[in-house]
Amino acid sequence: MHHHLILRVITKLLVGTIILFAFYVQFHGDFSPGGGFQAGVIMAVAFILYGLVFGLNHVQRVLPPWVVHKMLALGVLIYAGTGVWNMMLGGEFLNYNIFSPLHPSHGQHSGILYVELGVGITVTGVMVAIYYAFAGRRPFIGDDDW
Amino acid sequence: MIETLINIALFAMLITTALAIVRMDRLFGVVMLSGVFSLLSAMLFVTLDAVDVAFTEAAVGAGISTVLMLGTIALTSRTEKRHNKRRLVPMLVCVVVGAVLIYGTADMPDFGDPNAPANLHVAPYYLTDSIEEIDVPNVVTSILASYRGYDTMGETAVVFTAGIGVLLILSGLSGRRRREDEEEDEEEQA
Repeated sequence: MHHHLILRVITKLLVGTIILFAFYVQFHGDFSPGGGFQAGVIMAVAFILYGLVFGLNHVQRVLPPWVVHKMLALGVLIYAGTGVWNMMLGGEFLNYNIFSPLHPSHGQHSGILYVELGVGITVTGVMVAIYYAFAGRRPFIGDDDW
Repeated sequence: MIETLINIALFAMLITTALAIVRMDRLFGVVMLSGVFSLLSAMLFVTLDAVDVAFTEAAVGAGISTVLMLGTIALTSRTEKRHNKRRLVPMLVCVVVGAVLIYGTADMPDFGDPNAPANLHVAPYYLTDSIEEIDVPNVVTSILASYRGYDTMGETAVVFTAGIGVLLILSGLSGRRRREDEEEDEEEQA
């Protein structure tokens, strides 16, 4: 889409905003709608939009496939690791109270933050990976073909 | 009153979109309309006060799946294949299943009924005690991430498995090999 000047300019303006919004949804999920899953999808949308307009090569230079593939597993590991960490501190699996024995609700806050981060990373990775898998099958379809 | 009007308008648009999808041959239009369909369902979820669900539906249904569908038709075909088979049996199946579903809704509790089974089990406990125990204003988040942490971990694992599955089927090792070949070609050219 090299000749779509408006699309290219608007995309460059939007990508940053979308990523910022994804972080907002991720870390403000305790107070407003949203959480790791929605944030992960929005984060993935930023990269997919960039890839759609500028081409797969450009977006893969920003976020190489091997990084995406590691992200898939990293998120699940963070989530399960939070539970294991609880157990190592002497608590139950995924019972975050143990993070802060004097203020259980503070422990809950940090636990929720970690697991939501894990969910967000995995979802971002999966969405981007699926997009890469689809888009990488053949050269991008020409504008006139539609 | 106004909520009823909004619901009627949204459902009317939803049905119109569904009919248009069925009638249409060009898959590009079908994909766009299914995005519209998702967005309309997201608005319905908002009127039901299920903002978190609406958020997910708008992001996944209208956003990601539209892109993935476009990717799919870019790889396959852009028009639906016409077929002149008899449509009596599929029609019958649709009518019967629809009738059963409508019959099933008759037994469902009213919307927001405090005596509905779903609202009597653990929901009151979550609503009254979660602020003291977890102190997170969004009860949905505290249920998903803390009370139901096991379930959410399972969901994350499901998403992970889905991603791995798509990778194995679509790109996998052959994709990596192809890319290495291209790099070798580029090096040779250089």
